[in-house]
Amino acid sequence: MEIVVVGASLAGLRTIQALRRLGVDAAITVVDRQPEIACDRPPLSKTFLADPAALPRPVATPDELGAELLLGQVATDVDLADRSVGLGPRRLHYDTLVIASGSAPRTFPGLEPGPGVHVLRTAAHAAQIRAGLLPGARVVIVGGGFIGAEIAWTARSLGCDVAIVEPLPALMMRGLGPELGAVFSRRHAANGVLLRLGTGVASVESSRVRLTSGDELAADIVVLGLGTTPEVSWLDGSGLTIRDGVVCDAQLRAAPDVYAVGDIARWLNPRYGELVRVEHWTNAVEQASVAAANIAGTPTVYDAVPYVWSDQLGGRLQIFGRVRAEDELRFVFGSPDEPKFVAVTHRGGVLQSAVGFSAIRELLPYRKQLIEGGVLAA
Amino acid sequence: MRVSVDLNVCQGHGVCHMSEPRVYELDETDGHSIVIADPVPADLEAGARLGVDSCPERAISIVE
Repeated sequence: MEIVVVGASLAGLRTIQALRRLGVDAAITVVDRQPEIACDRPPLSKTFLADPAALPRPVATPDELGAELLLGQVATDVDLADRSVGLGPRRLHYDTLVIASGSAPRTFPGLEPGPGVHVLRTAAHAAQIRAGLLPGARVVIVGGGFIGAEIAWTARSLGCDVAIVEPLPALMMRGLGPELGAVFSRRHAANGVLLRLGTGVASVESSRVRLTSGDELAADIVVLGLGTTPEVSWLDGSGLTIRDGVVCDAQLRAAPDVYAVGDIARWLNPRYGELVRVEHWTNAVEQASVAAANIAGTPTVYDAVPYVWSDQLGGRLQIFGRVRAEDELRFVFGSPDEPKFVAVTHRGGVLQSAVGFSAIRELLPYRKQLIEGGVLAA
Repeated sequence: MRVSVDLNVCQGHGVCHMSEPRVYELDETDGHSIVIADPVPADLEAGARLGVDSCPERAISIVE
């Protein structure tokens, strides 16, 4: 049996490690356009940015994989009938295919990387940004999501002058909803970050960010944190269902003997009864083990409660489940004005999410309740 | 099987405890991981291994 994995990053390589652990001794080939194995990404917006001596840590070493690495090579297409992946002039046969090609930083016309304008995805990107985070440097972050907020915190701690421009009315609103987004917006503002919320960016010019409001922000360095888009273009015409990601069933199967894992997988999460795509570390790790189990012959669905963490403001934000604007928010430990808190969202008493800031012990009982589908005590 | 947490690396995410609370307990004050099943009983090995794999800091290792 031959297994081909497209993507030498967290989801793809963890799938291989899980397969090996399950005793799968098939020949495995990994293809990635990048010239080397990806590094662990969570530190890139956190400790790596703050510490000039920090080195990127690869997700896995070749000897942990027992796989043939075809790095710096671009998978161009999939032929499902022929069971092969196009790789330059040749075709790579597979019995099982794992699509783990991940996602790439989102850009827009006029909002693209260039001199002094950076995205953050790889260790090389992070090193470039780190070189610009000098005390007193004017840092403008376009996009106030988790990554933007983490970079803002790190840059402030390095003595930079920091502004965030975000079209939505609060930071991290997609992940936290409007109320908690507002709580963290206030905290970042109190930390000295200039927030330009509800404002888009019209263009980024040399050392100048022009807002849709007409204002301009002077910048020594601009970081674009506009989210990511799944790397699906090579799958066009393959017959796989592509809808902002590769559509999969609950077992992460996109087609017979074809799986998708990590950022790129839009799978039917049985917990929610809908297609979900999650771009977070834990999701990639967990999906890798689920896909490996399925490939190894143990049918397994992926029905996890989503989990994401973010280190910023000197603490740790942890989110279980999905925070939605239409659900009700309740603080169950601490308050928005206290250093530590836990808040939950519920719909008619049924718990939907639990969000903690530097309060893991107080948060965990709510995670358990989320998994069990519990009703919140009045 | 035995597992070991490097407390210099552990950042108190608590993910190992979520993976298998019968192997990993969390410190009352800072949430650092404490191994409470040593050696790990055979029926908890899969959960213990999940804890190793899910640690964002790679602070947990399998000792033997």
